[in-house]
Amino acid sequence: MANKVADSISREEYFYGHKACAGCGGSLAVRAALKVLGQNAVSVLPAGCMSAVGFNFPQLCFSNNSIISTFAGTASMLTGVEAGLRAKGYKDFTAVGFAGDGGTADIGIQALSGAIDRNDNIIYICYDNEAYMNTGIQKSGLTPFGAKTTTTPAGANIHGNIRPKKNMFEIAAAHDIPYAATASVGYIYDFIQKVQKASQIKGTKYIHVIAPCPTGWGIAPDATVDIAKEVVDCGLWYLAEYENGTFKLNHKPKEFTDVSAYLKKQGRFKHLTDDDIQVITASRDKKWDFIGKNFEL
Amino acid sequence: MSRKFLSGNEAFAEGLRLARPEVISAYPITPQTIVVERLSEMVEDGSLKAEYVHVESEHSALSCAIGASAAGARAFTATSSQGLLYMAECLYYAAGGRFPIVMMNADRSTALPWNIYGDQRDSLSQLDSGWIQAYAENAQEALDFALMSYKIAEDKRVQTPYMANLDGFVLTHTYETVDIPTREQADKFLPPYETDNRIDFENPKNMAFSAGPDTNYIFKYKEHNGLLAAAEVVNEVEADFAKIFGRQYTGLTENYLTDDADYIIVTLGSIAGLCRETADKLRSQGVKAGVVRIRYVRPFPNREIADVLRNAKAYAVLEKDISFGNEGTVFTNVNSALKKAGVDVPGYNFIGGLGGRNISPADIENIYNDIANGTESINFIGIGGEDNGE
Repeated sequence: MANKVADSISREEYFYGHKACAGCGGSLAVRAALKVLGQNAVSVLPAGCMSAVGFNFPQLCFSNNSIISTFAGTASMLTGVEAGLRAKGYKDFTAVGFAGDGGTADIGIQALSGAIDRNDNIIYICYDNEAYMNTGIQKSGLTPFGAKTTTTPAGANIHGNIRPKKNMFEIAAAHDIPYAATASVGYIYDFIQKVQKASQIKGTKYIHVIAPCPTGWGIAPDATVDIAKEVVDCGLWYLAEYENGTFKLNHKPKEFTDVSAYLKKQGRFKHLTDDDIQVITASRDKKWDFIGKNFEL
Repeated sequence: MSRKFLSGNEAFAEGLRLARPEVISAYPITPQTIVVERLSEMVEDGSLKAEYVHVESEHSALSCAIGASAAGARAFTATSSQGLLYMAECLYYAAGGRFPIVMMNADRSTALPWNIYGDQRDSLSQLDSGWIQAYAENAQEALDFALMSYKIAEDKRVQTPYMANLDGFVLTHTYETVDIPTREQADKFLPPYETDNRIDFENPKNMAFSAGPDTNYIFKYKEHNGLLAAAEVVNEVEADFAKIFGRQYTGLTENYLTDDADYIIVTLGSIAGLCRETADKLRSQGVKAGVVRIRYVRPFPNREIADVLRNAKAYAVLEKDISFGNEGTVFTNVNSALKKAGVDVPGYNFIGGLGGRNISPADIENIYNDIANGTESINFIGIGGEDNGE
């Protein structure tokens, strides 16, 4: 498996020398995606972790053309870059955005919706680390139920975040987007294949990749890939695609691993009670019931 | 050259067609809408070859224009009032990134209370955003600004975005006969946009980066100098413009009967015409009245203002603006220019026209009388009488 992945992508590095935390899932997603898209990718990154770690003049860490956008403006700047390059006569390039969960599901959702509506020829990758990590682990619209963040403390009265994650994958799909996918850095080959596929499709592409943040999740730096696998294996995340009006499940675990084990490995979930875990498990089962009825296998 | 009967918005769109923007990001807001409507028609009929992007907000309008400019394309957008405030973050971004985007702003009041009519509080509130700010008086000047704007903004010494302001309704929706240059004349005047500040596949770039305390300041200093350099470039571009099109503009300010004037009104935008008519009337009565119209509020015409007001007995700054808790912003800027030049002439601020309220010929005449006799430092036209709305 490891060889298959290594052989499938370029040895070139397009994102290096940056100061991301050890074990950063987001930087892994950016690195892998750029290896697929190559030298003619033009990346747009909003204010957030990846721009904060990669663009500190004079230490600039992208070897492909890259630009920081406003926090809300990943998709709208992608639109402008794509239109501008096309207007200048360029054909062989890929405009790709890398925005975090807050930059996508909260402040950037309007611009993203506009870009999908226009069917602009861009790839938008949301690296989801489930909170505003760059500013110090505050709750976002993609923070899962029960997670402790610095704005959703876990106390006697409230056990962390009280709301489930927004479903960005299905929100993107509801625009009848040409291609949308979910992924995880724990299943990097699946992610790479989806980026590759997206690069061959005309119109707007949205890929939502789970990218653990050891600092914010309360895990060891070397646990990123394992925990990103486990979130899929225990059924709290899933690998799927939307194309031609159809949802498709790419990977169906034969049997889910223990949700409780997944949660208890992480500092952000340590406080959860059995009742809280029951709520999370029930919500997982409800989701898989929906997937079973609505997604092709 | 041809002549057409056009509104300010339409005249600006005609000028823009000649300027050949390559990407237009459009979002409607009254009273700007006619510009983006006309541009969409020009793209449809093929007379303007541009990517026309229907963005979903003003924030995205300018963010898209920044992306297009970063790709090396000539970019345009237009807005007004609430829209300008909504995109405010991107104003600073475009200026800091040295992207010479041109934007038309239809000057309009800002909520609350809601109001769609013209005053200049929207654009004047954004003077610190790093944009060149021009204020047109009539439809012809609006068209000519559209054509000159890119040449000024894109100049290597400047590399600064350009906001052309048209008074909402009074100028955007008022029709005049306008001279429209030929395509050949326009192309001779304005070459295609060339820049190094762009995405480059031969030598990839990291753009719009972060800069820490040691270097940030240097970028800001250069940004400031770029905007200052626009003053000289405006004069050069207007000289070129006059050679090709035969219309000579007068730089950052336009003076009327100021050489021997005792009493001068300093103002901006479309109200200047009424001020000149009033000055003519007072001159016929033996009062030495004059008018200074500020055409560019950024870069600010410090030297020009000090020179023209130096020998006056008193001046008024008439503006459709107030910085709440202080005074009109243009008044603050004018006073600073005089102080720096050591000019000590009594000056008074007249604030009027907020939310589109009419300023009458009698109001202008009263300003000249008031400054001749001395009045309050800050005066609100039409407030305090029978109609003060108490």
